[in-house]
Amino acid sequence: MSLLDKDLETLHQELVAGDIKATDLVEQSLDTIEQRDPQLNAFITVNAQQALADAVALDEKGIKAEDKLAGIPIAYKDNIVTKNILTTAGSKILNNFEPVYDATVVEKLSQAGMINLGKTNMDEFAMGSSTESSYFKPTHNPWDLDRVPGGSSGGSAAAVAAGEVFAALGSDTGGSIRQPSAYNGIFGIKPTYGRVSRWGLIAFGSSFDQIGVMTKRVKDSAYILTAMSGKDAKDSTSSKQEVPDFTKFVGQDIKGLRVAVPDEFFGDGIDEEVKTQVEKGLKVLEDLGAVIDHVQLPYTKYAVPAYYVLASSEASSNLQRFDGIRYGYRAEDVKNLEDVYIKSRSEGFGSEVKRRIMLGTFALSAGFYDAYFNKAAKVRTLIKQDYERVLADHDLIVGPTSPDTAFKIGAIVSDPLKLYYKDILTISSNMAGVPSASVPAGFDSKGLPVGMQMVAKRFDEGTIFKAAAAFEAATKYYEVKPSFKGGAR
Amino acid sequence: MNFETTIGLEVHVELKTKTKMFSPSPVTYGAEPNTSTNVIDFGFPGVLPTVNREAYRLGLMVALALHADITKYTHFDRKNYFYPDNPKAYQITQAEEPLATNGWLEIEVNGVKKKIGIEEMHVEEDAGKNTHGDDGYSYVDLNRQGTPLIEIVSKPDIASPDEAYAYLEQLRKTIQFTGASDVKMEEGSMRVDTNISISPIGSDKLGQKAELKNLNSFNHVRLGLAYEEKRQAQVIMAGGSVRPETRRFDEASGETILMRVKEGKDDYRYFPEPDLPAFEIEDDWINEIQSEIPEMPDKRRSRYINELGIPEYDAGVLTQTKEMSDFFEATIADGANAKLASNWLMGEVSAYLNANKLDLLATKLTPVNLSTMIKLIQDGTISSKIAKKVFQETIKNGSEPKAWVEQKGLVQESNPEVLTPIITGILDANEQSIIDFKNGKDRAVGYLIGQIMKQTHGQANPKVVNKILMAELNKR
Repeated sequence: MSLLDKDLETLHQELVAGDIKATDLVEQSLDTIEQRDPQLNAFITVNAQQALADAVALDEKGIKAEDKLAGIPIAYKDNIVTKNILTTAGSKILNNFEPVYDATVVEKLSQAGMINLGKTNMDEFAMGSSTESSYFKPTHNPWDLDRVPGGSSGGSAAAVAAGEVFAALGSDTGGSIRQPSAYNGIFGIKPTYGRVSRWGLIAFGSSFDQIGVMTKRVKDSAYILTAMSGKDAKDSTSSKQEVPDFTKFVGQDIKGLRVAVPDEFFGDGIDEEVKTQVEKGLKVLEDLGAVIDHVQLPYTKYAVPAYYVLASSEASSNLQRFDGIRYGYRAEDVKNLEDVYIKSRSEGFGSEVKRRIMLGTFALSAGFYDAYFNKAAKVRTLIKQDYERVLADHDLIVGPTSPDTAFKIGAIVSDPLKLYYKDILTISSNMAGVPSASVPAGFDSKGLPVGMQMVAKRFDEGTIFKAAAAFEAATKYYEVKPSFKGGAR
Repeated sequence: MNFETTIGLEVHVELKTKTKMFSPSPVTYGAEPNTSTNVIDFGFPGVLPTVNREAYRLGLMVALALHADITKYTHFDRKNYFYPDNPKAYQITQAEEPLATNGWLEIEVNGVKKKIGIEEMHVEEDAGKNTHGDDGYSYVDLNRQGTPLIEIVSKPDIASPDEAYAYLEQLRKTIQFTGASDVKMEEGSMRVDTNISISPIGSDKLGQKAELKNLNSFNHVRLGLAYEEKRQAQVIMAGGSVRPETRRFDEASGETILMRVKEGKDDYRYFPEPDLPAFEIEDDWINEIQSEIPEMPDKRRSRYINELGIPEYDAGVLTQTKEMSDFFEATIADGANAKLASNWLMGEVSAYLNANKLDLLATKLTPVNLSTMIKLIQDGTISSKIAKKVFQETIKNGSEPKAWVEQKGLVQESNPEVLTPIITGILDANEQSIIDFKNGKDRAVGYLIGQIMKQTHGQANPKVVNKILMAELNKR
């Protein structure tokens, strides 16, 4: 058994007692990466040397009982900037970019003693649900190497599921933490918008983007999220809301927990096996004392088009700074300024990114703004109200995380709309800004993981941790390990 | 055909803050390129803006001084365009809900007063600067990137180049008095873009406007607009039509020159800046700022006229700049006679500043020294003639007038016991002058006073001399 299969509390006790060293954890991590990553391609950059040096320094200093996270290996999605470490956002346009500063989350977790093992693969600029749009080749799913790990935080999810690293951060604009967590059979949480500072997160859809954490076990995420949350003076959209110790919610019983199950989350287009598995999960919650109530979220069907208008609009503006002037890829053989712009961007961006820039630019254009951007913003308000209404008398909204399980690499790259509709169950949480997580909920007949989504009121991540931990304790799906089957090349 | 002119002015003013509008790097002028910058100014991936509250406060102060309605619920927007001096490829500005709307200023042209409306004013960030080197490369300096600006857009109320000039003067003065900006055209802390159209008198439709840029002084604005007024009339009279174009003012020829013809409207794809939450301007804050606004120039001017008895013209000159007005007030606060203080500032002080091309605050003259000198004149310690010497010394070298006068022995002689023997002696030596005086030739008195002054090295008190001289003459 790998050291990294243990939970955080066990590892911490062994570290403090001196039974294991931080160096052991880092070496275990690096060994697994060496063994698995040639097949998985979960990492864009492995920070081996620095990670080992940090572990040695930490072991020399010694780990104290209060330093809960010290010595624990973590990886960061490659759109989270890390000082002096290549940060690409999965794009050619940043293929040589080394940031001069650390993102707030990196700063906080490094401060807490976590060791950065490297940067994980992702869909280019987090635009995608399969990690196939990465300039650095797709990541493969450890449960079936012929399949995608989901996305856009596919590298983070696969790395955690494969035991390459203990935990990983991802970012979630429309489901990019939860869907890959579901596809990889791990826990992943997108906190409330404003809970975690976005300083240092390469922006995609600024009003949706939120950094979150992915681990095998629920409580481990609770530890890490507690450490990385809170108001940041550098991010005006971060909240002053007090950060509770999320681990305190783990172990509380869920008797009387009011669970809303939206009919829309079990409608057409949702795989039957996924439905069955999630319904089983709901039964488990019920057995644990939760009260299940069926509700309607009628605006769900408008979520996908509205989201793609709004997020793409913001993206079209956010991605303008990649112009070849100050950093990143610059085309050669240019004659004038316009050439620098057009060639650098044409050569530097992949097709999915270009598609969304075009879509967003169009939606913001004079004459179309009201019909698209404004209309979509109104839909967003309605969805927000939908969620507020349901969550006013329920503690949690529960349903599947994704309409299906991991699909084959290359199966739907040529059908962007079909790919967009895979986000239908996750997008609304970003539209409403509410916290939302995916919890492992068993497997389909192909042995692929199914995720169950839990959504709570703004700043009520605690209830998610409470319910997810109770569910985890009752089901123990984390005990099943990925098979690394397939992938014959 | 006769035409009427409609002029619009867009004025950008840098707000005087220590740090930038959306980043904590310092605002500087003339620093080494790219030294007053940070990752935010460079638009690095992952950076976020934060609002400089002080900049917004100064913006509100200007808006209140311009009698505008403050927008209570507001947010910032992004204006998208590519240019190397615009590192994010968008400018953060206020497009939808500007800082304030519906303000006004009163101007006076040829004795006629007129209210000029202000459509709106908004807060935004400045861009960097591109320079083009002789080596074929272009260089980007981002020091100015992110400097807080307020843009003030006039209503189409300005009907002549002279009104435009008066509006700019009044605007500059008003903003300068709030202290929110240096408002210096030569340093770029005030910039003016204009547009102008003409239409047949009585027409209810405005003519096609042309934009006029590259205006480095108020005078160029006036000259450029005047040229443009004539050019457009000639175009129309010749049967042509004015094109929607951008022109620049050429200083050497005094003409406006075509820069580019505008085809369609630029599409900046404005949308709400998602990185900065919408915010509310609390009434308490508005009231607090309102109470902090210093007295405006027009109010000061009428106070000088009505309460201090300063002539209208002089009061206008004194309130032209805040430095001058504040200097004047400090001088009289120290006890100097207001009219004398005004005369000195308008006369000797202004002449000195003009001759030496200096700003008032760049000299060594202080209000206390000026007031001390004026008081020495008032109490008869020195004569006005001697005062001119004292003034030169004080403004050049910063000498304290009283000490310097005593040290140099320039104190005026007013003692009759000292002056009488000198006067009688001069009368004894000038029999002919006495005869002339008796014959009614007033010139004789002037000659005699001149002799007395000569002998006393100009230090005799003229009033006392006059009195004794007349008495002595009548005795003879």
